[in-house]
Amino acid sequence: MDFLNAFVALANFVIVPALAYGSQLALGALGVTLIYAILRFSNFAHGDTMAWGTMCAVLATWGLQAAGVSLGPLPTALLAIPVGIAGAAVLVLATDRVVYRFYRAQKAKPVILVIVSMGIMFVYNGLTRFVIGPDDQNFADGERFLISARDFKAMTGLDEGLAIKTTQALTVVVALITVSLLFWFLNRTRTGKSMRAYSDNEDLALLSGINPERVVTVTWLIVAALATIAGVLYGLDKSFKPFTYFQLLLPIFAAAIVGGIGNPLGAIAGGFVIAFSEVGITYAWKKFLTYFLPESMAPDGLVQLLSTDYKFAVSFVILVIVLLFRPTGLFKGQTI
Amino acid sequence: MTRTIGLFALVAALILGTGFLQSWNSALIILNMGLVSAIMALGVNLQWGLAGLFNVGVMGFVAVGGLAVVLVSMAPVPEAWDAGGPRVIGAILFGIAVVVAAVLAWKKLGTGVRGWAVAAITLVGFFLYRALLDPAVDAIEAVNPAATGYLGGLGLPVLLAWPVGGVMAAGVAWAIGKTALGLRSDYLAIATLGIAEIIIAVLKNEDWLARGVKNVIGLPRPVPYEIDLQADPGFVETAGSLGLDATTASTLAVKLGYSLLFTAVLVVLLILAQLALKSPWGRMMRAIRDNETAAEAMGKDVTRRHLQIFVLGCALCGMAGAMMTTLDGQLTPGTYQPLRYTFLVWVMVIVGGSGNNLGAVLGGFLIWFLWVQVEPMGQFAMNLITSGMSEGSAVKAHLQDSVQHMRLLTMGVILLLVLRFAPRGLLPEK
Repeated sequence: MDFLNAFVALANFVIVPALAYGSQLALGALGVTLIYAILRFSNFAHGDTMAWGTMCAVLATWGLQAAGVSLGPLPTALLAIPVGIAGAAVLVLATDRVVYRFYRAQKAKPVILVIVSMGIMFVYNGLTRFVIGPDDQNFADGERFLISARDFKAMTGLDEGLAIKTTQALTVVVALITVSLLFWFLNRTRTGKSMRAYSDNEDLALLSGINPERVVTVTWLIVAALATIAGVLYGLDKSFKPFTYFQLLLPIFAAAIVGGIGNPLGAIAGGFVIAFSEVGITYAWKKFLTYFLPESMAPDGLVQLLSTDYKFAVSFVILVIVLLFRPTGLFKGQTI
Repeated sequence: MTRTIGLFALVAALILGTGFLQSWNSALIILNMGLVSAIMALGVNLQWGLAGLFNVGVMGFVAVGGLAVVLVSMAPVPEAWDAGGPRVIGAILFGIAVVVAAVLAWKKLGTGVRGWAVAAITLVGFFLYRALLDPAVDAIEAVNPAATGYLGGLGLPVLLAWPVGGVMAAGVAWAIGKTALGLRSDYLAIATLGIAEIIIAVLKNEDWLARGVKNVIGLPRPVPYEIDLQADPGFVETAGSLGLDATTASTLAVKLGYSLLFTAVLVVLLILAQLALKSPWGRMMRAIRDNETAAEAMGKDVTRRHLQIFVLGCALCGMAGAMMTTLDGQLTPGTYQPLRYTFLVWVMVIVGGSGNNLGAVLGGFLIWFLWVQVEPMGQFAMNLITSGMSEGSAVKAHLQDSVQHMRLLTMGVILLLVLRFAPRGLLPEK
């Protein structure tokens, strides 16, 4: 039995990757949940909004790299995030004016808006591929590791290494800052409070003189920012491919619903629940158990509950369990 | 009525035009997939148009239909069956038993213990299931992995796979409907989106079932092979008398054979769907769609009726999927894309006119035609746009490469335009 090595192995393969992935999902789910709370529909185009914002950031990163700008050990893409956000903001605000506003005025049923968002999804998908193509793009630079496995072993003398990628550390830090800013905005500023009021009770908010169009615009701006940040962080951590972003829709929705759709705190909790289950269930536990259990009980197989190809199944099963037993999610949904 | 006839005439003209201007082979390819698409659209229309159910898992049910073709029509692999066939069946039955036991435990036990009981049953059951299944899977996949490595099918006529595909899709739909129906409408959407991804993941990874990404090729066909036709002197003579060479005539004849089969299926299904729409049952479904509360107050069991129509619609998608795989002659799980198989079918239904069966069929043909033809049209337009640019410029190359992505954009724009300016579709519900 070797608890220290067991813990390091666990941290290396499960805790660190899941923390990073969970932060990315949480940011994505926050976007979905905000749209749900304010505009009252499930936005199927969210994955592609992320892809578009990230694409703008990738293009800006390449421009900066070509101009010789660099952040030293940090990825240049951090500097490009504002450009990405601006790009995403222009796109979603234009979409809102041209498409969504019409249905808002009509007071269309939410399900119609969902179908509309499906059309938007097609358009964004086509636009992104039109500009950057459907292939994998790598735009990460800077120092690759905060701590590499070898340094960690030399430092601690343990058999197991703990590698933390710069992008993983960065993801968690940026996500923390973003979420704190968002909560400060929602709870402390006038605009944030008006958004919460609008989400809580539309009629009452209108009566007290809140301008609904302003609330909607601010929401889209925040969503564009959240989507781009989530997308850039995911792209830095893994790589940027438009189709992968489209596929992220499922875990993101699962995170939002598991936490309680419409509830920002829930979205964050949901993101981590999904990420930890996904990584934990597709991780081969053999190494951990070999360290953790007495030698006589060491497992023969890989002790992998499901192959990594089934990671979607994990978010899905959690989703179904929550829908069956607690349809409102872990936190009570529907308000911010 | 004139509108219906006019629009169908337009579709016919488009397909015939393809035949005259491009080639009759292309026209028949479009027609065949159009027929299949029309059946998928009919299924989705049943769910959305008639009952207001939002199913975005069409791809999964189509893929289940494709799997049915392999399971029904391929010859069995006796060595693989000897290696682990019964054990795999046993493991799957055990898995089903575990789920049933968990459901029973939840229903019968008191509130205090049932959560723990269900968790224990599923956890222990899962490990036992894997212990039963894994060795059998390894044994099966080790049998001649380059050529088979799977259990094979039943070796039955391939036409039988079409109804079987429908039944299998219906089974999956029942399980998913049982959990997700009765909740909010967008939850059903997300649940179906998920189940579709899972079905594709299963098809890609469970090699013992249908060879995964190694694909099953050479599926039996309900129509003769081109080679056999060309070797048949009678056929060559007939072709010659029509002024065609034997090769072209044989490819056309095979495709025409599929067209006739598919048309027969579509006509039967369309008649059934029309009868259902006009029956008391159809009126009840529309009453539920338009006002659930009122229908419930009248004593209609809304969730049950929803489950029923959800299963029916998915069965149609499964059948269409089986037909499509038969047409392709191979099952390639890697090619199932949600944009193509789920969302495109939705565009067909919305554009055609939700709630109107003829509209769904029209949408199926029209949108499929556009999906195929937008690329050459885009190519043409792009050549025109870029004709002024210098040869070899990066912008020109990029623009010409991007033509293939025009489809998605066009489909999205068409969907948005129809939703905005003709929300009831080209052929509105009466």
